[in-house]
Formats: sequence, C-alpha cells, structure tokens
Amino acid sequence: MINRLISLIRKEFIQIVRDPRALAITFLMPVMMLILLGYAATNDVRNIALAVLDQDQSPASRALIAAYRAADYFQLAYVVSSEEEMRQLIDNNSARAGLIIPPDYSEQVNSGRSAQVAFVLDGSDPTVANTALSAAILIGQSQSTRIVTQRLERLGMSRAALSPIDVRTQVWYNPGMVSAYYMIPALIGQILQFLTTLLTATSIVRERERGTIEQLIVTPLRPWELVLGKLAPYVIISFIDMLEVLIAGTILFRVPINGSLILLLTMSALFLVTTLGIGLLISTVANTQQEAMLTTMLTLLPSIFLSGFFFPLAAMPVWLRAISYLIPLRYFLIIARGIILKGVGIASLWSEIVALIIFAVLVMSAAASRFRKSLD
Amino acid sequence: MISAIFAENLTRRFGQFVAVDHISFEVPAGQILGYLGPNGSGKTTTIRMLLGILHPSEGRAQVLGYDVVSQSEQVRASTGDMSQKFALYHDLTVWENLTFYAGMYGVREERRVREVLYELGLDEVQTQMAQTLSTGWRQRLALATAIVHRPKLLFLDEPTSGVDPLARRAFWDLIYSLAAQGITVMVTTHYMDEAEYCSLIGIMRAGKLLALDEPQRLKDSLPGQVWEVYVDPLLPALEMIENHPAVRHVGLASDHLRVITTEGEPIAIVTKALSEKNFQVRTAQPGIATIEDVFIALQ
Repeated sequence: MINRLISLIRKEFIQIVRDPRALAITFLMPVMMLILLGYAATNDVRNIALAVLDQDQSPASRALIAAYRAADYFQLAYVVSSEEEMRQLIDNNSARAGLIIPPDYSEQVNSGRSAQVAFVLDGSDPTVANTALSAAILIGQSQSTRIVTQRLERLGMSRAALSPIDVRTQVWYNPGMVSAYYMIPALIGQILQFLTTLLTATSIVRERERGTIEQLIVTPLRPWELVLGKLAPYVIISFIDMLEVLIAGTILFRVPINGSLILLLTMSALFLVTTLGIGLLISTVANTQQEAMLTTMLTLLPSIFLSGFFFPLAAMPVWLRAISYLIPLRYFLIIARGIILKGVGIASLWSEIVALIIFAVLVMSAAASRFRKSLD
Repeated sequence: MISAIFAENLTRRFGQFVAVDHISFEVPAGQILGYLGPNGSGKTTTIRMLLGILHPSEGRAQVLGYDVVSQSEQVRASTGDMSQKFALYHDLTVWENLTFYAGMYGVREERRVREVLYELGLDEVQTQMAQTLSTGWRQRLALATAIVHRPKLLFLDEPTSGVDPLARRAFWDLIYSLAAQGITVMVTTHYMDEAEYCSLIGIMRAGKLLALDEPQRLKDSLPGQVWEVYVDPLLPALEMIENHPAVRHVGLASDHLRVITTEGEPIAIVTKALSEKNFQVRTAQPGIATIEDVFIALQ
C-alpha cells in the first residue's frame, strides 16, 4: 500500500518536473505576486508629484515650500510660472497636486494677518487625493503653528502654554503602518489557495482526459490512496511556496514574524485541507483542464474580494459581509495576520480556527464522496 | 478446474436503459474469447462488471474463482485490462509508464519490467516519451502495462482500433503467445476477421449475449445456407429479394450477392423469383459460412 503511494507520488513529481510551464507557475508566481503586491498594491502614498507656483518669491514663501518638501508625501517636481502651466501639468498627469502662493504671502504673514495659499488636487485617484489632502492640510497647519509660536515666543510666552492638548498616538503591531506587512500574510493564504486548487484540479482532470484515471481504478489502488497520492505532492509544493513567500517577505519587505511559526504552519496545513478539497471538487465538475482553470479562477475572485485581502471587511455592506463568512480564506487571513503581525496564539484565534476546522471537514468529505462517485 | 470467467444472469441497468441483459457464460482457462458486437451493445459494460469496478444490477459473476463484488480486490490484482484509449502518461517515457503501472500492482522488481519490455519488443524505445510513439507502439506499451503483474486473465477492450493492419497482425501474435503461456484472454472487437483468430466467440447485441461457442460450431449452426448469387443488374436484384420469405439475409459482396436462405428453403425459389422479374441469373453456388454470416444471421 505504501509502495503504491510512493509510486504514485513519484510519478506525479516526474510529471510536474516535465511541465516547465506549470513548474514556472508553481515556483515563480508566488514571488512574482509578492513583489507585485508588495510594491505596487501598496496603499502607502509617497512622493506625490507637486507643482509649485511661487508668486511671492520671499524667504517666507520659500520656508513654506521647504516644509512641503521635507514631508515624504510630496516631491517638488515642477516650479511653474503661471496657473495655466500648472493646469497643463495636472491635466497630463505629470503633477498630481499644485501649491499656489499668492504675491502678497510674505506681506500678510509678516503683518500678522492670515495668509491664504491655494492647494490644487487631482481627485481622480481617491487614495492618492485623500492622502495628499490630509498631508497638505497638516503641513499647512504645522507651518502656521510654527509661525504663531515664533511670534508668541518673541512676545515672551512659553512653548508649553501654546498647545494645551498633546495627543500622543501609538500604533500597535504594525507601527510603520506598512501595507506590505498586511499584504504578505494575505498573500500566503491566497497563494496556498490558488496553487493547491489549480494544481490538484488540473492534475486530476488531466488524468481523466487521458483516460488514465480509469486505468488506475482497475489496479489494486484504493480510492483513498488515489486521492492521497494525487494531493500529497501539491501539499508539499504549497508548503515550499509558503516558505518561499515567508522568506522573501522577510528579506524584501522585512516583515516581522511575531508569532509561532509552528502554529502558522499547522494552521496553513488545516487551511490546505479545505483548498485541496475545493480542487478535488472542481476536478469532479470540470471535464477539461481549461474548464478546471476557469472554475478555479471563478472560486478565486470571491475569495480575494470577500476575504479582507485587499478591501477591509469592516467597510463592506452588511449583506456582503454575511457572504464573507462563507469564504474559508477570510478565517485564514485573520489567523495568519494575527500570528505574523500581532504574534497572538490560539487563545485569541480559536473562533477562526474552529471555523476553519468545520470548513476543512465539510469541504473535504463532500469532495471525497463526490470524487468517489465520479469514479464509478 | 475453476473457470476463468463464470457469469450467471449478469445484468446492468443505467436508469431505464438495460446495458447488459441477463447474460450467462463460462470461459475455461487458457482460451481466447472474442467478444463481438456493435458499439453500445454492452461489451465494455460486461468487462467493467467482470473487473469488479461496476456493480451488477442483477446476477453474479466469478473471475478466476473470485466473486466480482465481494472479492473485487483479488479480481483486480489478478487480472489485467487494456482499454481502447491506451491509458498512458504522454509526458512519461516508456520505461516510466511501465514502472509506474508495475508499482500500482505492487511489482517492485526491475527485472520483471525489463522482461516485459523485451518480450513485447519495447526495449528499443524504452527512453522515448509515450507522446512520441506511433499508435502501434502505444498499443504495445498499453498491453505491457496490462501484463506487467503477470495476470491470469487479460481483458482487451478493442485493442486494435485505429491500428494499421500490419501492427494488428503482430498484436494478435502477441495475444497468441500470451494464451500459450496459459493466460485467458477476453478481447472485444468489431473486426470480423479478428474474431476468426479466437478459440471462442461471443456475439452481443443490445445487451444480450446471442451466442457463445467455438468459431466452427457457430458457423455449423448457421440456420440456412450461404449462397453466392451472380446476377445482373446487381443492386435492383438485391432490393427485390431483400424481403423475400426464403431469404434470411442478403448482402452485397463486390460482384455478387451473398444470400443466406431461410432454413430448409432451397435457393431455387430465390433464383426463380429473380428470373421471373427478368433478372439475368448467371450462377448460384454454395458459399462457406463466415463469422460475419453468423453475426448477420443472428441479428
């Protein structure tokens, strides 16, 4: 029995190695996705191209520009001489924001009145615009506070009296609020799901296409040996991929793994039972490898959008959030993020773990019984 | 002595459709049973039941003394099966395909794999991918995977479909040599000439086993007589006598009509009827019955 399993698994690995396309997908895709999502799909807005129209050209106006420049958010990309020029730069996407300092700026500031500066913003990308807007207001406010402080200090008042409330913020778990930290645990879940589902479904459907699965049934191989032998190689590959993402994430993005690695691997194995089950289910529905691939994509979309991968569940309408409870990835993401970012253990994650166990048992037993029927 | 195959009222229904309808037969060990029948007549369903992978709706069967339902594991371990699809892994070499199937049957010795490769002349292509093999070679490899575990009974489901005549002949030589080693072979085909090579012939139609006997006895039992009738014009003559009561069956054979008369009816009645309608009957001579005649007569 163990010999039959070894034969089956060995054959499976030979076939995997013989298919360079699948091999590339299997081992390059996780790192590719990590790099893509880690760098590109980040919500951290930096270096917004800023065009500046300084009509004042005074030490005061230059101090204001320097304040904008000092913040990471903006990059002083253009110094323009007319509003028309600024409009053009924003229109053709060269600049995303513009700062207009009126000719009387230093005069107003120095005479103790309120000076008005204009901040123009391209609102077409709400994420960028939101960040730019709040950054622009914050920088303006801190610059005016500084001016007021200077004035009052000149009049002999102490600094402490000037800010009666001092809110000290403290962010736990991801103090830099780096998106990559949030993305990498999610990516692990998504890669585990996508690869195991796709690979198991296509590898079983391929045997069906070729008629080899019928041939296997007439050998003494038992159905559960067949299932185990077909799934085991992909469990191994998925684990290699997961470690790949973990290592690449630690090296490239310095993601700290705060919790227990053992717990993370155990939970991944639990999640894999579910995704392998989904792959097995797809293999009983699909007749061709293309069909298997498309069906996998179809299951992938809701899991990406409804698991809290990109979009926070808290922001979703109630009915959509209700559906999200049916997505196994949702639970795994909470678990993975909890272990990796918060370093929490079973005590804080038990409800998600129970949900995942229920899914694993339900999906796998449904898949196994459907698969058995599909053999007859 | 235990029969290689024993079936009694073996029946399989798929919903309302009766794929195999109460068939009973027995095949002694060492025989080559040719199983004839059009597509959909229940040949493959019969084999699947005998292999123990499809449960009979009714009746029972024993293969090599094992009950196909309760002892299906022993049945599968001691039989080999080659399907018409040649279930091979295209991205594995000949050697890897054979080693893999050997592993499925628990055959671990490389010596046996080598032996089978040599026996079937596959040793010269053993490092080739199955994908690159011609149909004839694939057929041999499929046979190799079915016999690598030394089965006592071999099922071949249309093993020669889509294979050129030369390879077909060579394949039958292999089947003979297997039978000479004492392996019982059950082979389905729709090539009538192949049926003549078998020691036993079963004829199936619409789920029923119409006859099962030695080829010569089947031919002897043909009700009526075969006649080769040379007549002009050929086609209108065929149309005319098709429904004649003394004609059991008439078919076109290159330049003459092959007529099977109804039992006890002389051919003269037919030739007379033709002459009366102004057909030029040149000769009518008795023909030698073939399996095809038997097959046709049983319809």
